[in-house]
Amino acid sequence: MTTAVSNPGTSVAAAPPQPAKPTPPSGAAAAAPSGSPDLGRANSLAAKITSECPAAKIEWVKPRRLKVSVPPAALKEVALFVRDSLGFDHISTVSGVDWIAKNMLEVVYFVGSTSQGQEDFVLALSERMARDSPVVSTMIEVWKGAEYHERETHEMFGINFQGHPDQSHLFLPEDWNDLPPLRKDYVSPGR
Amino acid sequence: MTVESEYSPDADRIMAVSLGPQHPGAGHFRIRLWLDGDYVVKALPDAGYVHRGEEKMAEYRNYTQNVPHLERPVILDSSNILFAYSMAVDELMNSKVPPRAQYLRVIMSEINRIISHMYFIAIQGLFLGHTTMITWCMGDRDFWIDLGERIAGARVTFAYIIPGGVRNDIPGFAVEKGLNTCDWFEKRMDEYEKIFFDNPMVHQRSDRVGVLSKEDAIAFGATGTVARASGLALDVRKDEPYSSYSDFEFKTPVLTQGDSWARAYVALLDMRESVKIIRQALKTLPQGPVRLKLGPQPRVPAGEVYSRTEAARGEMSYYIVSDGSPRPYRLKIGVPSGKNLKALPHLLKGVHVADIPVIYWSLNYWPVEADR
Repeated sequence: MTTAVSNPGTSVAAAPPQPAKPTPPSGAAAAAPSGSPDLGRANSLAAKITSECPAAKIEWVKPRRLKVSVPPAALKEVALFVRDSLGFDHISTVSGVDWIAKNMLEVVYFVGSTSQGQEDFVLALSERMARDSPVVSTMIEVWKGAEYHERETHEMFGINFQGHPDQSHLFLPEDWNDLPPLRKDYVSPGR
Repeated sequence: MTVESEYSPDADRIMAVSLGPQHPGAGHFRIRLWLDGDYVVKALPDAGYVHRGEEKMAEYRNYTQNVPHLERPVILDSSNILFAYSMAVDELMNSKVPPRAQYLRVIMSEINRIISHMYFIAIQGLFLGHTTMITWCMGDRDFWIDLGERIAGARVTFAYIIPGGVRNDIPGFAVEKGLNTCDWFEKRMDEYEKIFFDNPMVHQRSDRVGVLSKEDAIAFGATGTVARASGLALDVRKDEPYSSYSDFEFKTPVLTQGDSWARAYVALLDMRESVKIIRQALKTLPQGPVRLKLGPQPRVPAGEVYSRTEAARGEMSYYIVSDGSPRPYRLKIGVPSGKNLKALPHLLKGVHVADIPVIYWSLNYWPVEADR
């Protein structure tokens, strides 16, 4: 019933060299499957979003990935559009980025989909705001699951999500009174 | 939230209680409960007791130095959290990982899935008062840890999957040991089904307890075992077959009950598929190098990447922003425990106090992973 520890001397017949499998073009990743890692789908999604919201700017397009930056005022409208019309209903995560050299903060919503045939696609919607007055509106009405991700982004980057029900500290101590720690001007102790 | 609001104005009836952070089950994690007699009126999770600032730490280290500390948030599932990281760095560097390394990455991440799921169903047994389950599973889990140790040289924190491939090749005897372990483990899983999952006591304690509907699973962004127990067929290995997953035959187990029993059982079904994958991969392991030479300080071009893998608990994702310097400008770890946390207060509302442990643990929530 237990596994016998095999004798290290016994060598296992080496598997014969595999017939060269069509290895996916790398980069886009090690991850790309035998399917078509082309940009067609990402480009057509990008076109739909920009025609719905002309202010949206395509940041990058990759196989199965698309990042669109939207002015904060228009984000909710775009978010509702991608959820209801394009099927991006499954929030994956929310990230902040501190662009200290440009004096900007960025929030990125990563949204996946549960609709048939689109589960492999991840859409990133981002908004940028001035670093000294980082106020945006919450996306909880669009994706309920954004609540804790936004709360984390609030405490780590000091971004204020208007309409968020509870922006108290989730990971930081209650009495934390230093800079938000993931901002670039916060220096970890001992560094 | 202020101290006052911990107590309801209807103080005679509603009692505020802290479950944790010292509770043996809710370790390093607190659930704030408002109770009306034996019923939970409201529950709020309080995370952060084991927050270590992994994301900030990553900004001070180069892409190679980041390998060992990034697996610390989830040492139960150390290969899968590094798998997503390595894929992200490979994509940024545009490196072509050799096929043998792709197979070894899959083997190791499936071994880690079993190690993690065994821990999960063991503790689920403990919370239901089923002592046999925890003793058997914890004992059997060690054979998988042993196998991982034979391959990677370390116990538990394998640090095996690294950017550019895997750290070392698999020794020949480990292939045979792996195949033996698979054969033995399939028989053991039949026994788990008999003593635990078909057990009337387990059914009574966990059937229809903490039911998460499919709609809620989508809205909350639930992933992994939690999503698949609620009828949501999400599995990154199938949806976006990364690495060499497209070479293997396996299924994505999906249950529709959405209750605590289904969330535990789907982990057992997952392990059956993992065994199939490990066996196929060990038998058809291609020859060749297992690692690209990246040097101690890899040069990573500027760019952004979002990579994801199916870890034991669900979708593990990395968002890395590189500015072309040796260290990541921003590294965000999207952990499955964090994605499933939103379901906890929803599921605890209105349940008996005695059902809290089984619901909490059935979410496969790992506080260290959620806190990072």
